[in-house]
Amino acid sequence: METRKPVDDWALDFDHFDPQWTNNPYPIWDDLRQRCPVAISSRFEDGGYFPTRYDDVREIAYDAEHFSSRRVIVREQKIKTLISAPPITSDPPEHTAARKLLLPAFAPPAIARLEPGIRAICRALLDAIGTATTCDGAVDYAQHIPVRVIAHMLGVPEDDGDLFRRWIHMTLVEGVRNPPVAMQAMLEQSEYFKAQVERRRAAPGDDMVSFLLKARVDGQPLTENHILGTLRLILIAGIDTTWSGIGASLWHLATHADDRRRLVAEPALLPTAIEEFLRAYSPVTMAREVVKETTVGGCPFKTGGQVLLSFPAANRDPAKFADADKVLIDRAENPHAAFGLGRHRCLGSNLARLEMTVAVEEWLARFPDFNLTPGTTATWSEGTVRGPRTLPITLNLGLRKA
Amino acid sequence: MSEAKILRVSIAAERCQGHNRCCLIAPELFEADDEGVARARGDGIVPAALAPKARLAVSNCPEHAVRLTAA
Repeated sequence: METRKPVDDWALDFDHFDPQWTNNPYPIWDDLRQRCPVAISSRFEDGGYFPTRYDDVREIAYDAEHFSSRRVIVREQKIKTLISAPPITSDPPEHTAARKLLLPAFAPPAIARLEPGIRAICRALLDAIGTATTCDGAVDYAQHIPVRVIAHMLGVPEDDGDLFRRWIHMTLVEGVRNPPVAMQAMLEQSEYFKAQVERRRAAPGDDMVSFLLKARVDGQPLTENHILGTLRLILIAGIDTTWSGIGASLWHLATHADDRRRLVAEPALLPTAIEEFLRAYSPVTMAREVVKETTVGGCPFKTGGQVLLSFPAANRDPAKFADADKVLIDRAENPHAAFGLGRHRCLGSNLARLEMTVAVEEWLARFPDFNLTPGTTATWSEGTVRGPRTLPITLNLGLRKA
Repeated sequence: MSEAKILRVSIAAERCQGHNRCCLIAPELFEADDEGVARARGDGIVPAALAPKARLAVSNCPEHAVRLTAA
């Protein structure tokens, strides 16, 4: 792995791949919010901007006139060709139809039908951990759940999970510093999905690929480019995001015995606790490209600049959330922005929330007493999706349920 | 004795982005349509016992789309 130039001043040279950020970004954000609420960095082509205040993040998320979604990942070198993955990379007016098409498949009624399948996936993974006294909460549990759910939804083999995780790493981590790697991941995914599209053209099923083939916008079928872009989006956006959310929730409970015991005793509190984990450990940071010069929070944004749109930092703003730096599993008022704000609200939010809730519920039912293995630490992913990638857990047998 | 104020919930549809928080907090008062857009159930009148949940639905909406008004 290459060594990165150490950050000199976070306000003028921020780097979301710096090890300090990876290990614990929150003190960095809290410091910036007080002394320089829009940090900048010349590490990213045409200039990087990093707002940390809730109000500024909100204003940018709502402003498609100055801030385009055509680049949703901040990169050291921009990829010259814009890669389309509708609707996440779409701006109005194209965004509206591309999103509307997908809404029913991800709305609460459709997602609720997936619950028994998600529960079965979680139980099978817990069965595999069996009577072990240690395990890895990220490697053995969290990472597999969204892979299997998304594979089912797309109608592709869940055994291709390693391939999916590789593409995600190439797109969101390696590719940020090395554009050809991001392009390679895009091409490999497109080839993979082209084969799936051909298969469904011959024999349609009850899956997303078949749905997109049947879909019409203004009476017209979707272009192949649109179909492949949307399939890549669902794959990339639906996996390590939720894997991170489940992992961060388990990390919290493995390191906060009082909260773990309270949730075991008061299972009705779980939905409130999950919203708080979403706020405090929001996995997903988005991006925008400045397409028209403007000012936000008193700071100028120049055309071409890349904005690191950090919903995680917004969710830690004490001007918006009382005790923003505390994780309160019974926080009743919590209008967090973990799933974004405005027209690009995470399409899969209902699915992600359901996966997180079921995953934690099933884990606590099986392993009510567990902790981070003494002498170890979790390791966290780099870049714009944050969650534990290794999470060494000791399972205490005394309280284990049969 | 003063008459208890009757409250009504409603959704500003142009603001709702489908976060679904109101439906989760107060399923007795809100429901989602097939595209995930929230709406008040029935006439939106809030039974007195559900007033606290109605207030939570307002304060948890990230898009400020939930309204609580005098009926």
